Amino acid sequence: MTRPTTIERKLTTGNEAIAEGAIQAGCRFYAGYPITPQNELCEYMARHMPEVGGTFIQSESEIAAINMVFGAAVAGARAMTSSSSPGISLKQEGISYIAACELPAVISNMMRGGPGLGNVWPAQSDYFQATKGGGHGDYHLIVLAPATVQEAFDMTKEAFDLADRYRNPVMILGDGILGQMMESFEMKPAKTRQPSRKKDYILDGCKGRKPRVIQSLFLEEGMLERLNDKLQAKYRRIERELVRYEELNTNDADLILVAYGSSSRIARAVMRDARVKGLKIGFFRPMTLWPFPTEAMRKLAKPKRAFLVIEMSAGQMVEDVRLSIEGRAPVYFYGRSGGGIPSEEAVFAEVRKALKKARSKVK
Amino acid sequence: MKKIFSYPKSLKPAETHYCAGCGHGIIHRIIAEVIDEMGLRENTVAVAPVGCAVVAYDYFNFDMTESAHGRAPAVATGIRRTLPDRLVFTYQGDGDLAAIGTAEIIHAANRGEKISVIFVNNAVYGMTNGQMAPTTLLSQKTETTPLGRDAERDGYPLKITEMLASLPGVKFLARKSTHSPQEIAKAKQAIRDAFKIQRAGLGFSMVEILSACPTCWGLSPKESLDWIKNRMVPYYPLGRIKEPESELAET
Repeated sequence: MTRPTTIERKLTTGNEAIAEGAIQAGCRFYAGYPITPQNELCEYMARHMPEVGGTFIQSESEIAAINMVFGAAVAGARAMTSSSSPGISLKQEGISYIAACELPAVISNMMRGGPGLGNVWPAQSDYFQATKGGGHGDYHLIVLAPATVQEAFDMTKEAFDLADRYRNPVMILGDGILGQMMESFEMKPAKTRQPSRKKDYILDGCKGRKPRVIQSLFLEEGMLERLNDKLQAKYRRIERELVRYEELNTNDADLILVAYGSSSRIARAVMRDARVKGLKIGFFRPMTLWPFPTEAMRKLAKPKRAFLVIEMSAGQMVEDVRLSIEGRAPVYFYGRSGGGIPSEEAVFAEVRKALKKARSKVK
Repeated sequence: MKKIFSYPKSLKPAETHYCAGCGHGIIHRIIAEVIDEMGLRENTVAVAPVGCAVVAYDYFNFDMTESAHGRAPAVATGIRRTLPDRLVFTYQGDGDLAAIGTAEIIHAANRGEKISVIFVNNAVYGMTNGQMAPTTLLSQKTETTPLGRDAERDGYPLKITEMLASLPGVKFLARKSTHSPQEIAKAKQAIRDAFKIQRAGLGFSMVEILSACPTCWGLSPKESLDWIKNRMVPYYPLGRIKEPESELAET
């Protein structure tokens, strides 16, 4: 793909849009290990990273890939790896170290069915391991959830800026549908992006300064707790500054559909259809999964209103919806897992059931 | 009065936490001397392992990071590919490199990564109080081989340096020891040659160094040096295992 000088429309897969977005964001280091359904990303990087003088490495494992990204970030590069669910499980060790060392890095995760080896079909089975830390210790990734190829491209470009701004790993969380589906999207002129501030922590040789250390081991009493306090203060700041969501037809809604990523496109279609049929259905889509739009959800929890969470999992994000709403309104769930995709018909049937249950509760 | 002995610039004037008779202090010092002599202190980025040397950055006086257990060669790969004109080396123990990190060391070596690895072999997991390492000798007693390492049950001591010798991307391999001043001088020369190979952009280089762990071996420092010489060296023969022809002849 040639980098445009004017706005151009492109037709490509989500995986390739993420790869191109990364290159345009100044990513110059990619290491990854093949896994379906995200191989197009890895292959795109192999073809195009050399064009911009960047490094592409097909690593021996997911574990090595994330540790290479750790090293590249230590040395000051904008660095990225990508994988899908079982591969992300392997990367969790490295992600914990990256978070602890406050290094910027971007990780793309096109989720597939689990647990275990699972299958290669689309799923949203990694919400927990993406938003709750995933590896050991008290930490968070910033998790962006694109629903379209356009968003996959835009959010990836932004992910590198966020990673640098907060010195924190950022995950692009999509699924096999988004990764492999081709959609037309608008590519704005490429400009070389620079980190928003000078990197005064990287290791590049101690010329003219004192040696630096990047570490996550703190044995002295109280030191690790101080690091954790600092990380938590950063996470609170991210929660204040970064929450993003989309909200449609919620004002008069009796029932609000809550979904992210691919399942949000199904939920949105059901909402539109239901409105045509005269049902007062709203739509709420978290675009940042961490930080989760807790306050926005809480404000929507009003008397005589219920929520229906739609996921391609056995019920993961629904826990955060319930925590946000804190019992102020009924929260129902409908999900398919293991590669099953909710049909509009099935979701619509769930909408009718939820409305009925909510009404009987109100009485 | 003329000062004839002091800390190399590449070492911080710090007291180490290493036990009496431990080889890490010696190996730190000869690495630091080589880096000083090559004028590379301000051009070096090193990676500490998980193991007793995890806090090597408290002692070395140049840029350092630490990696997850066994992953140092992958971390060094990311650093060296990003900063191709810096000296990048890992400092790893036998558990780190030859057990949990076998995939990372073999594949970094096989890619011919232009990094150097200082591999400290003391035949035991020192930091966790002396369990069996992949390099533990047969019949050697450790916390997890209380009756001695048994090949039938525990497998054989791993000669990872010899394993790496078959890989075309590997340009320099040596096994040296710290059991006498003469051997230490040879180890220092090997470290210098490994760094030279890297600076010349030839490929992967590694120096395995046999080192004492009196605490976990249950021996005095003097007995430990004899144990290296009489027990380790026969199984782990010293020498230059792989090197480019010409220019780097041992001095």
